Amino acid sequence: MERRQKYDEMHAADGGVRPHFGPVAEWLAQTPASRVAEKRREADLLFHRVGITFAVYGDEAGAERLIPFDTIPRVIPKAEWDELARGLRQRVDALNRFLHDIYHGQEILKAGAIPAEQVLKNAGFQKEMRGVDLPNRVYSNIAGIDLVRHSDGKYYVLEDNLRTPSGVSYMIENRKMMMRLFPELFERQTVLPVEHYPSMLLETLRASAPPRVRDPVVAVLTPGQYNSAYFEHAFLAQQMGVELVEGADLFTKDNVVYMRTTSGRQRVDVIYRRLDDAYLDPLAFRKDSMLGVPGLFAAYRAGNVALANAVGTGVADDKSTYPYVPEMIRFYLKEEPILANVPTWHCGRPRDLAHVLENLAQLVVKEVQGSGGYGMLVGPAASRSELGVFRKLLKENPRNYIAQPTLSLSTCPTFVKHGVAPRHVDLRPYVLSGKEVKLVPGGLTRVALKEGSLVVNSSQGGGTKDTWVVE
Amino acid sequence: MLSRVADKIYWMSRQIERAENMARILGVTSNMVLFGTKETREQNLLAPLTITDSADRYFEQKKPVTLQGLVDFLALDPDNPSSIYSCLRSARENAHAVRWQITSEMWESLNTTWLEMRRVRRSEIAGAGATKFFDWVKDRSHLFRGVTYGTIMRGDAFNFSRLGTFLERADNTARILDVKYHVHLPSVKDVGGALDHYQWTALLRSVSSFETYCTLYRDQVLPINVAQLLILERRMPRSLAACFDQVTQAMERIEGHDRAAKRLASELHARLTNADIEEIFKDGLHEYLTECIADMNELAVRIQRAYLGTA
Repeated sequence: MERRQKYDEMHAADGGVRPHFGPVAEWLAQTPASRVAEKRREADLLFHRVGITFAVYGDEAGAERLIPFDTIPRVIPKAEWDELARGLRQRVDALNRFLHDIYHGQEILKAGAIPAEQVLKNAGFQKEMRGVDLPNRVYSNIAGIDLVRHSDGKYYVLEDNLRTPSGVSYMIENRKMMMRLFPELFERQTVLPVEHYPSMLLETLRASAPPRVRDPVVAVLTPGQYNSAYFEHAFLAQQMGVELVEGADLFTKDNVVYMRTTSGRQRVDVIYRRLDDAYLDPLAFRKDSMLGVPGLFAAYRAGNVALANAVGTGVADDKSTYPYVPEMIRFYLKEEPILANVPTWHCGRPRDLAHVLENLAQLVVKEVQGSGGYGMLVGPAASRSELGVFRKLLKENPRNYIAQPTLSLSTCPTFVKHGVAPRHVDLRPYVLSGKEVKLVPGGLTRVALKEGSLVVNSSQGGGTKDTWVVE
Repeated sequence: MLSRVADKIYWMSRQIERAENMARILGVTSNMVLFGTKETREQNLLAPLTITDSADRYFEQKKPVTLQGLVDFLALDPDNPSSIYSCLRSARENAHAVRWQITSEMWESLNTTWLEMRRVRRSEIAGAGATKFFDWVKDRSHLFRGVTYGTIMRGDAFNFSRLGTFLERADNTARILDVKYHVHLPSVKDVGGALDHYQWTALLRSVSSFETYCTLYRDQVLPINVAQLLILERRMPRSLAACFDQVTQAMERIEGHDRAAKRLASELHARLTNADIEEIFKDGLHEYLTECIADMNELAVRIQRAYLGTA
């Protein structure tokens, strides 16, 4: 991965507009700034009114903020997307096969393609899942794969999110908002639809029900209204027409899960849970969990209820497992990976650690179990003292960290205070696996609104854009 | 419908109705203390505490009973769970938890009410400002009920909202009427006198039924007519009978295997339908109302148990 000029999604290196961005660039040039500003205010107002907000940890309890929405879309030509989609299906397929394997025959470990201790000693490896058979052998029914485009113009997978990836509601709401604010833009080119995601999700969840169930009852399990993604949980439940439940709404009897309703108990067959493994069931995991359902795990193991995603997927999206995903693809599918991985140093290996410590100022260091941009060091942007802190952390607990070269994320034109300027973006498509693996054409584009910043997480001041796949 | 969701909707509706009734009680009290002897004034000041069962709590503060003290405690005290402030806060919290099961207009209405309540200054509702504040509370409650009626799908969310509203209202009407029993007149000769007339009129005004009284009875304000109007008159929307028309309708629409709550609701409804005001007076109005309040309380317990989960 050589470092060159940044890749801009709209403009080629010679400054010309890339053809698939033509209509958007033309529209930008023609539309007076005052009209765009007015539309942006309208968007803010609408988002507030609909209540598309997210809670921020550390803020006053229940405080809600809007995720900044940028009205310039990120455009991807269909041919490019088709290739991406092929790569995503391949990757998620392999990851699911890997999960099934390590909880059953562990062929990949026997073959030595992945060191056994990497899996068996991983905090995300759930021993209780060994030998549990799941419908369709799928563990991560809903996967969010984070992609970035480097200066070489290629997409790289930055991270697999196989537990409870969030953000898909913004993908849908951003599209609705764009169509409402700028209908004329959609007349200029064909943008492939994403709004059918909830019905695809429902189909995937129903297809993941225990095999004997004819007409499965699905529910979305949320930690509650103060969770940062509560809006999304409620949104998806409403769009799918299923109940949004909290732990206290559910109970188990004779290994069967029921909801408490005003007309008595109602059996639940599939739970789309947006709750971490640790909180699912105080009898099986964290005893102090007030959010979970006592007996849920036993009912799950008995095959009486399906959980999406399955318990124990964390072992596969762990940052220390990430470097082995290309091996998984080769091992299970006998194919070459379509999507590239970012080169990764394992700080647990002495040679890698030495390299990382020597080049710390050029690297990005991440906690193996971290997420949301917390517990991470961006070398080139870090101060001396921040580097010092990480140097110490790395030496104390090297196994807890990986390091990667600082990718120069591609940029996309974005509205800023003084007009339009390039800002770094990433892309998270959502891959659904039930009886088959599928995805809607698009995903969530996150944008780092601060100049030069590479951190796109909404918890760290990132915004979002509508993502268009165009014919 | 999930029991938790039904519970929040039921309580959200009860709390907004409770805030309205509290505003009505305080509104009429602030008017009544302008009249009568020192002794009746004191009794009138005690009435709101008696109605809301909160005298003990008030006296814990070791403060004299003054109008301002009552307003502080019953309207503004964030630590008193039945103050207007607390009711509006809990109603908004409950709505927040179920904002995807109610209409966005309902949520916005309660959210706005709460945001405005938080901006209210104590100094603004002293003296003449009090009436304005109590009117505002009533308006917000009317608005919420109207928005609910006009926007929500006819289903369990609607049913439980109606149930909460009318159970709360029936309870309040019974308590407001019963308080007359506690406010003794200075002497027997005052019964039927100007002071008595004034107190019955104020009571009617507190439940917005003075005009209805005039239309229906075309007579001076007589206790037996007031009781007839507030207990048995179905055309008067705050009467016990009218509230129970709504309660039983809502109960009938709710699906469920429960019998205990539905049976008690129909029993109470039938009793109100067949009652005779002369007999009620013969056996004692206070005894009758005490029994009504206890029965409604039992009904609320059974509803909680049958549909809403343990509170």
